[in-house]
Formats: sequence, structure tokens, C-alpha cells
Amino acid sequence: MTRISLTVDGARVSDDVEPRLLLVQYLRERLGKTGTVIGCDTSNCGACTVHLNGTSVKSCNVLAVQADGAEVTTIEGLATNGQLHPVQEAFRECHGLQCGFCTPGMIMQSVDLLNNNPKPTEEEIRLGLEGNLCRCTGYHNIVRAVQQASGQGAPA
Amino acid sequence: MSTTQERPADAVEREIGRDRRRKEDQRLITGRTRWTDNITLPGMVHLAMVRSPFAHARITSIDTAAAKESPNVVDVLTGADLGESLGVNINAWPITPGQVTPTHSPMPSDRVAFAGEIVAVVIARSPAEARDAAELVDVEYDVLPAALDLKEAAAATGDQGALAHPDLGTNKSAYWVFDSGEAGTGGSVEDAIAKARTDGIVIEREYRQQRLIPAFMEPRSTVVDPTGEQLTMWSATQIPHILRFALAATTGVPESKIRVIAPDVGGGFGGKLQTTPEEWITWAVARRLGKPAKYTETRSESLMAGHHGRDQWQRLTLAAEKDGTVTGFKVDLLADLGAYVSLVGGGIPVLGAFMYNSIYKFPAYRFAVQTVLTNKTWTDAYRGAGRPEATFAIERMMDELAAEVGADPLEIREKNWIKHEEFPFTTVAGLEYDSGNYEAATARAKEMLGYDELRAEQRRRRESGDPVQLGIGVSTFTEMCGLAPSRVLGSLDYGAGGWEHASVRMLATGKVEAVTGTSAHGQGHETAFSQIVADRLGVAFEDVEVLHGDTQVAPKGLDTYGSRSLVVGGEALVRAADKVIEKAKPIAAHLLEASVDDVEFSGGRFSVRGTDQGMAIGEIALATFAAHNLPDGVEASLDSDATYDPVNFNYPHGTHLCAVEVDTETGALKLRKYVCCDDIGNIINPLIVAGQVHGGLVQGIAQALWEEAVYDESGTLVSGSFVDYLLPTAADTISFEIDHTTTPSTTNTLGTKGVGEAGTIASTPAVVNAVVDAVRHLGINDIQMPCTPERVWKAITGAGGGPTEGAAMPHFDASTGMEGTVDRTTGGTDA
Repeated sequence: MTRISLTVDGARVSDDVEPRLLLVQYLRERLGKTGTVIGCDTSNCGACTVHLNGTSVKSCNVLAVQADGAEVTTIEGLATNGQLHPVQEAFRECHGLQCGFCTPGMIMQSVDLLNNNPKPTEEEIRLGLEGNLCRCTGYHNIVRAVQQASGQGAPA
Repeated sequence: MSTTQERPADAVEREIGRDRRRKEDQRLITGRTRWTDNITLPGMVHLAMVRSPFAHARITSIDTAAAKESPNVVDVLTGADLGESLGVNINAWPITPGQVTPTHSPMPSDRVAFAGEIVAVVIARSPAEARDAAELVDVEYDVLPAALDLKEAAAATGDQGALAHPDLGTNKSAYWVFDSGEAGTGGSVEDAIAKARTDGIVIEREYRQQRLIPAFMEPRSTVVDPTGEQLTMWSATQIPHILRFALAATTGVPESKIRVIAPDVGGGFGGKLQTTPEEWITWAVARRLGKPAKYTETRSESLMAGHHGRDQWQRLTLAAEKDGTVTGFKVDLLADLGAYVSLVGGGIPVLGAFMYNSIYKFPAYRFAVQTVLTNKTWTDAYRGAGRPEATFAIERMMDELAAEVGADPLEIREKNWIKHEEFPFTTVAGLEYDSGNYEAATARAKEMLGYDELRAEQRRRRESGDPVQLGIGVSTFTEMCGLAPSRVLGSLDYGAGGWEHASVRMLATGKVEAVTGTSAHGQGHETAFSQIVADRLGVAFEDVEVLHGDTQVAPKGLDTYGSRSLVVGGEALVRAADKVIEKAKPIAAHLLEASVDDVEFSGGRFSVRGTDQGMAIGEIALATFAAHNLPDGVEASLDSDATYDPVNFNYPHGTHLCAVEVDTETGALKLRKYVCCDDIGNIINPLIVAGQVHGGLVQGIAQALWEEAVYDESGTLVSGSFVDYLLPTAADTISFEIDHTTTPSTTNTLGTKGVGEAGTIASTPAVVNAVVDAVRHLGINDIQMPCTPERVWKAITGAGGGPTEGAAMPHFDASTGMEGTVDRTTGGTDA
């Protein structure tokens, strides 16, 4: 067991964890942060995407011990003071989700994409979301949502 | 006769037709979700499955000692340990009386029939500890010959060719036939073909429907709580009501003691239309231990052991006159069931049987399917379920006919399709299509694509020998959805009806609870059904709460599949709401001191004709709750139920057009443009409809271009992870242009048609037709799906030199009941 201390969605937490414990398992099983989900076991689907020190990571691909001292933001910590993040708002506005299982990861990745490239082209959006799978939307409205969140309003 | 209608001018004021943002989304975009895997109960144990690595093997021993010693392991159980408490997994649709159906134990103790089948379950205090211990279970197997290839399995006898279940003596499960000559719905297809051979065109082809994996994003998960008198199962399922019935029927627990909850469910696409070994094992373990138990599959397990879809060989013969008027269509299928006959099982190809004639006026038609057992993962519904296969077959064949006649593929279709003034139309398959306008949808789609301009560009590229060739693919589809009239299901020997149930409850505060027996898993029922009920009762959209997916909350229902939720479940809600109004009317009349005959209901208000007196329905609800002043003999409740059995299937249609660029030097494909104009009747929520179409399109396109479940020669699924099973990403796909024409359905109150499967059914042939169209001038008339660059390149480089590798090739041998050779054309301009 290794002692880790980190900040998750603004709250400081500290736990003894097995070295092999994945960050996503730590979030879900130890902290009850079930908004972040597990969709695959090969780091292909991106459903578990969170921000580690402000940058998107697939939390199935990070050990909990690697997050020691870090600041983690999950989908549950994205809204501030009850105010949805513009990307969350855009996903709803553009119908960028259906079953919603990929949505936490898709939103967290989209936020990161826009942090790095505030006015992406459609192609840049599509490439930027390549690591996140969605089976419901055909991506059409997800792309629209990111365009809308970037201020490049696009009808759904 | 049906007409294309403009949306009513008052649509904006009504809820129906508004692009309401979804009620579901607030929790989904903030992570406040209730997936089954999120559930944790006191004392809960976690399950891990030990699965067979072999496709077919006898289990000689299972040593669980080391696993039982592993930290925090509670127990390790085998099929022998659990015995009859396991129950069985059932087939609800034996398609013929003599169907050969292997017994499907959730955890066999003697023999495994596919790689991934469960042979033991480890129960531990954490999922990780359960999985660790599962590695320590030592199972000895005697490997048996495996039936893997569909055609070989169909011909196998045991002495020659392996049997999936040796004790059955055959791999052939059922042979099901529809013949229009025998049914009296049309002529003899053999006569039509014979005539066309001497004086017309006969086109014979064989197409492959590759095996696909539904690949919903949420892995399947089940929690069972046996605490107390009632047993509760949460499951990531599309079918909580059917699941409850099947648990009761097969495990000896009274139905009244079982509660099944489908909480938030992360996609299904037919893949969660199943009763699974994993559910049955979790059920048995929780009952045995008396503790809550949870099993959540890994993605690899999901791909390997969740049911697959499609997997057919289609042998097709189309007879036509020389001008391209079709005179008969004959369909012979081999359908791979996998190792067991699943819940719907052989019913999947039968669901397609009525659709091979599609939108056309064929005078003669015959369909036959041989379902076949193999040692691969079982197959069942995947989005469209039988109808994508049918649509692919006929739409590919219509393109082949057009090429043979030398006509535009849309002209050939128009020559054969049902004209808009001919509805209602009884088809050669015996269905009555209520409405449609294929001319209108096609005209709109052509305009959207810029059809004529792209045809001109195609000619220029061909003439200049451009290495990048342009193909234009056409798919004019229809489908039967809204499953289903119970009487029809009964006549097909399906094990249940097709009705749907709804309740509308008026709360004292004026809020409304709308309860539906359908079970959403991403479709947006909470939003669309709120719109319907709000309009019907004249209450605010926000005041309607839609409840579903819990057999205690919504005790009656038949769940969600087959594009049925709106057209069957929505109609049940309409009828329940109308009953509320009927019940409220005498109370309103009483309170308004008027005659019932003088009271009318409109816009949420009961008013006395010719006066300004009136009461809102919410006021009536409160007065009914108080019950201080009700008419004599009137019960103190407005709540109403309705069970609706559809009178007919429902027939959305549309024209899909796709432009694809093919690099003839590399085989690389580029989707250039995809447009579609779907007629789905009246639309409740255009935003949700667009989402259904987009997602459906990509799943259908993925069959055409990317996805295939591949087994190696020993029966191991090699596309067993998301590294290997090519689910499209945002970077693979394009944006779509979609539009609608509207001919309201005449068989439900709202005039709606299903949309959930439309995109998937239509898009696959549109894309493959485009790919073939791009290279047809090189002598190619087929490329097997998925049309990978490698297959396209091989087709191009092999063209002109006989059959191409990867192209669909002949031969069902005589033992399958299908004779002769395929992939030839006689008659016509080139004969």
C-alpha cells in the first residue's frame, strides 16, 4: 500500500492504495466518483477521460499513485457554482449525447481540445476526439457541440 | 392515398414538433448517472467469470482449490455446484415446430460450445480480487472439432464436418420458408425465373453479411439483491419486463417476488435485447449466498460473449423483363446462430423475410432461410435485425439490374416502386403498407446531393482516366417497425405479444406521471413522451415526469427494440391520457354545474360550451384528490391505463444517397457526401430524430466499410478488443445532410413512424453501391463487406481476370437445400 494525497474536484483526499490501482478505479470505487466510467480495457474508448493537472488523460491509463500530489478534475467537478461549463451546455444544446455513457469522457476531452485550440476547424475537432468512442451519435452532433462551445455557432 | 404534408402552422405552440432539449441530459452531462456498475450495496460480493479459451471442448476437470485460497475470495462455483438453481437461457421464438434447439445452460458443466463460454464463477470481496482468483482456476479440457465456417457447418454430418453439438446430430436448426405462390400473395417465383431465362434478365448473386458486434458503450452489468422477501435485479438491459418473466419461468422464483430495474443503460442497439448467462449466474450466486452480488463485464468479455449480429450468406435470384421491370425475387439464406439459439434467435432472419421486396411491386417472391448452429458466439438482434440484411440484398440487386439494363439506378427503382397514389398497398410478402411517397423523398434527396452534377463529374473522371474515381450509391429503403401486432407474432410462433402499456397519473399538485412499459437506453423517451403527454393533456412539458425501466414502477410492458417505443408505446400513452380526460369530464361538468354534453376539453381546460366558464385539468385533479364534491358513483381518481396492441407494423422509408471517392491505385476510400431524406411520418422531436438518424447512419456505414467480427481457424475471436474491432471514430466519419418528407402513418393517432433503425438499415447498401459504382467500369460488380482498402485494391487489380478475391462467391452445396451456381447474369443488354 502506498499513501497518496491529491485534490479531486476541489476536495483534498488521502488514501492508502495498492500500487496497481488505476486512477479510474480509485475515483469510482474509493471516492464514489461514478460519473467517470469504464468503457474498455485497452484505453481505446476514452470514456474514463479526466483532467490531470489541467490536461486530459484516460484515467484507465494512469495509476492512482501517479496522481499523488496532482489536481484531478472529473465530469462531476466541471460545473462551477451550479453553472454548467460551456462545453456541457453545448452538448445539451446540440444533442451531442444519447445514452450518455461516453459523454463524461467526450466532454472532458472536448474541454481539453478547446483549451489547446480555441477555434478548431471541423477536421481539427474530429482528429482531437479520435481517442473517444461514441456508438450513439455518429459524432455529427458532438462535432457541432464543440463548434458551438468554441463560439463558432453551428446549427445542429 | 397519402400526401406529403406541410407541418401545421401552429406547430410552434404545440409541444409535438418542437426541438426540445432533452430532460435526460442534465444528469448525463454532469456525471450524476445511475449505471448498474455504479450500484454498491452493503455486504456486496463481486463476480468474475472463468471462460473457455476453446471453441468446442469437453470439460474434464475444474480445480478451484487455489482460487478459493486467494485473498478475500468468498467462493468459487461451477455449473455442477450450482445445478438446477442456474436455470436455463431460453429461446422465445422457435421459428418452426421442429426447430433443433440445444439446451443452453448459463454455465455448462460438461462441454463448452464457444470460446468465451463460462465454466466457473469466482466470488470475492472486490472485483480485482475476483479477477485475480479467476486466473487461478485450473480447467482441463479435451478439445473437440469445432464447427466454424457457416457453409461447412450447414453441410456437416458429424462424420464429415464438425457438429457444434454432437448429440443433436446436425447443425441445421430450422428451415423457414415464405412463398408468395403458396401464400396467395403473388405468383410463383420459379415460373418468373424460368420465363426470364428465355425472354428477360436473370441476375444471380451471392452476398455476405459479415458478423458484427453491437458494441454498446456501457459494458453489461448486473446487480442482484436477495435481501428481504423480494429479489431485485438491476441490469444493463433493454428488456426489464421480459427479463423478469424469463427469470420467473426458468429459475422457479415467483414472478411476483421479482423486481427488475434497468437504471441508466448505456446503449443497446439490440445487443441488450437478451437474457444472458451472466445475469442468470449472478442471480443464482446472490440467492445461494444471500448477499448482494455484482458482475460487470470487461470490454473483451463483452465483445467475446455478448451476442453478435448479422452473419449470413444471401443467395439471390432476381428475374426481370428486358426493360428492367422485376418479375420475381428469390432469396435463400444461410444464417449463423452461433452456439445457441438466443432469445430471438432464428427470428432475426425471419424479421427480414417480409422486407426483401422492399418498396417494390414484385409479382412473385420466395424467401427461405436455413439457420445453422456453429461453435461461435451466439447471434441475435443488432440494430435493424433482419431488415438491414434484406435492404442490402435488394438494393444491391436493384443496382445490378440497373447496370444490366444500362439505366440509372434511380430510374430502375422508380419503374418498380409503389407509386404514392397506390397506398395503402398490399405487398407480395403480405404486408399492407399504409403510407409513403417514394417519389417525394427521392426528389428531395437528389436535390440535396446534387445528383446530376455528381453524375456529370463521375463521367468526366471516367473519361479522363482519373486515378480517383467517383461512385454514387443509392438506397431507397423501407422497413417494418413498431413491433408488433400480437396476432402476427402469434402466427409466427413468437413467444410473446407485441402490445405496449402505459399509465397516466394525475397528481394533486397538477403534476403528471407518465408511466411507460418501454425501456429507454439513450433514445430520449423522457423528453419525447413528455411532449406527447403535455400536448394531449394541455399541461406544461416540465410538469410531466416519465417513469420507466423498473418493473415495480412500470409493472407492465414489453420494452424497447424494433423501433417500437414511439409508435406502440407512444400510442399507449396517448390512449391513457385520453382516458384521463374522459374520466375528468364528468367531474368537471359536475363542478361547473353543467351537462357533460356541454363540456369540451381543449388546451388543458374543460369549458362549458358557449360560456366563459371553465376549469384547468390540474384543478380537476386537485378536486378529485380532495374528493369532497364528486358526482355520485364516480371514483376519486383520474389515473388511467391503456394497453395498446398495434393493428399493423409501421413503414418508414427514405432515399439515401452517398458519394464515395475511390483511389484506384491504393484502394483507399473517402466518404465525400452523404444525404438522406427519410419519411418517418409526423415528428415529435426533430432534434432527437436527427440524432437517431446520424447514429444509425454511422452504424450502417461501419458495416459497409469497417466492422467485422473475425474468428481464427481454431474459433478464437481475434477482433476481441477495441484495438481490433474497428468501431469508427470522429475522424473516420463525416457530417451528414438529412431532411424529411412526411406522409403520416394512418395506423396510429399521432401519425408517427419508427426511426431508431432507419439509418442503419438504409446506409449500408448506399455505401457499398457507391463503392461498386466507382469501380464498376473496371469490370467489378461486388466487393465483400467491410470494403476495406485492401479488398477494394484486390478487386481492382484482379478485375477482368475472373472472380476477385474478397468478392462474394458462389455455392451453397446441395445439402443445404440450395443448388446451382451464383454470380452470373443471363439475358439483358450484355447477354
